[in-house]
Amino acid sequence: MTMKVVGQRVKRYDGMAHVTGETRFVDDVIVPGTLTIKAFRSPVAKGNIKDLDTSAAEAMPGVAGVITAEDVPCNAYGLVPDQPVLVEKAVRYKGEPIAAVAAVDEDTAVEAINKIKLDIEEEKPVFDPLEAMKPDAPKVRPEGNVFMFGERPFRQIILGDVEEGFKKADIIVENEYLHPSLEHAQLEPQASLAVPDAGGKLTIYTVSQALYFHLGQLLGILQMEPDKVQCKQWAPRTGSSWRHNAGFSDINYVGGTVGGGFGAKNDIHADHVTALLALKTGQPCKWRWTREEDLLYSTFRGAWRMTIKDGITKDGRIVARQIKSIRDAGAYSTLNFYVVDKHSFLAAGPYFIENVYVQGYCVYTNKPPASSMRGFGITPATFATEVQIDKIATQLGMDPWEIRFVNAFRKGEHTATRRVVNSVALVEVMQKLAEKAGVDLPDKLMTMTSTERG
Amino acid sequence: MYSLEFTVNGQLCQVAVDLKTTLLEVLRDKLFITSPKVGCNTGDCGTCSVLMNGKLVRSCITNALSAQGKEVTTIEGLAEAGELHPLQEAFHDNYGAQCGFCTPGMILASKALLDENPKPTREEAKEALSGNLCRCTGYGKIIDSVMAAAEQMAQAKS
Ligand code: FES
Ligand code: FES
Repeated sequence: MTMKVVGQRVKRYDGMAHVTGETRFVDDVIVPGTLTIKAFRSPVAKGNIKDLDTSAAEAMPGVAGVITAEDVPCNAYGLVPDQPVLVEKAVRYKGEPIAAVAAVDEDTAVEAINKIKLDIEEEKPVFDPLEAMKPDAPKVRPEGNVFMFGERPFRQIILGDVEEGFKKADIIVENEYLHPSLEHAQLEPQASLAVPDAGGKLTIYTVSQALYFHLGQLLGILQMEPDKVQCKQWAPRTGSSWRHNAGFSDINYVGGTVGGGFGAKNDIHADHVTALLALKTGQPCKWRWTREEDLLYSTFRGAWRMTIKDGITKDGRIVARQIKSIRDAGAYSTLNFYVVDKHSFLAAGPYFIENVYVQGYCVYTNKPPASSMRGFGITPATFATEVQIDKIATQLGMDPWEIRFVNAFRKGEHTATRRVVNSVALVEVMQKLAEKAGVDLPDKLMTMTSTERG
Repeated sequence: MYSLEFTVNGQLCQVAVDLKTTLLEVLRDKLFITSPKVGCNTGDCGTCSVLMNGKLVRSCITNALSAQGKEVTTIEGLAEAGELHPLQEAFHDNYGAQCGFCTPGMILASKALLDENPKPTREEAKEALSGNLCRCTGYGKIIDSVMAAAEQMAQAKS
């Protein structure tokens, strides 16, 4: 039997629209009378707002509306709602939005932004997570610079007993790995269009990669169903603050056409501001970030500092692995804690190691908030653990291929979180890889299988 | 204000512009032709690429008035008599378009190449498209698409 889809090359359902130019991205939705939005952003990385004067901007002809923190019904959002839509007092990173203007055209909006007067008391910022972890460091956040995973200032994963494992080892290999921050650089910058209707409801055209998460958060910010949605100001994390009971019908959230995301559009960047200005002015409002804004102020992959200490026996088996990872989260929690969770769960790699201890820290600094990017926290961990394997090989005088074969998951083994792995094929994948790369591996490795630990 | 008269995809247009209006603004904001995208607005990414008298230009850094009397082609103007251009077919067949944001510019840059060099090598194709960024595909399938289109056009000729 030939199948229609399985085993066939299937063309993209949206491919024809892409090649004819018919695909309509958010910025391609054109509604008559749409106002252009520009943001007024903080000139300093840390400070306390003394006074904000938007009157000259508001008085300008062509300006339809200006919003500040006062206009935001619930000025705290995120899965852990700790991030303001617009800063009220405490600025935590350079470029943080403080006010936004909607005007008839871009030139007018830019001119209005230039008329906003800010009196801000600059404070000493902290940029290095190691500095931020010190007790006397400047406080990025009032509750402390280290995210609390329940009771602990780190995500902890324990399997077996690493100290016992180290005792059994013939050699110990310990190294520190640094992974820099990375920008997604998706080709479509952050953009949003909010169109109000006469009944006070909104249609929002969004670039979101996480429509239902964002819809819930938007309803919370806008307090559109006041009796159902409670404004929760930030409180230490006790569980999920996800608002699942919001009234979804108040916003017609139109999305799904994303000009590249890679994790850059898992956090709300523009929809809250377009929504607020659309409600305030009664007119459609569009905000398209400039490339410069997108590079400087949108979320990105945060930097990591990872220390790995491994105990290895002479035959190449890793018998204990201890990892301490520090994630530079920037100023807000966003998805950082989830990134650290995933990192910690899987940092030991695709290898069966009986004794594992992982500490994953999530540390606030006065930088734009980092968040998700492809693989969340796993990609940096893979970089570190794979380089570590090469270093183990050098120290043992063994072929790095062999170390990987000897330690690779076999069917029925489990990860550091005791998740049993049943469909594993790392051994076979490496065999194929060696073949394709023209690497001649010894029979001993080429006859191994993922079903048996030989 | 100045009057700009030019042809877009075979249609004569007249638009009022000022000295700092770009061709991209005319196309998107005045004529509502949205296939040229605003990826950077600084001439760095190629998503706003269009053809002006057959030559590839970045419309975000092209002064609108420099199109005076000229012929501009966007991707909407590639199909002829309802038939897709072989490049459009090839990008669809070979997965040369993923999110689609770079695609209109990429196909027009490819057209500029094939008009000049109908049988490019892969290296020449890479070189010709090097000003058009794509974040999704990794470029391999874009070059495959261009090579397939070149092949198809050569066959159609003979
Ligand atoms: S938008 Fe013109 S080159 Fe990027
Ligand atoms: S297909 Fe997404 S940027 Fe090229």
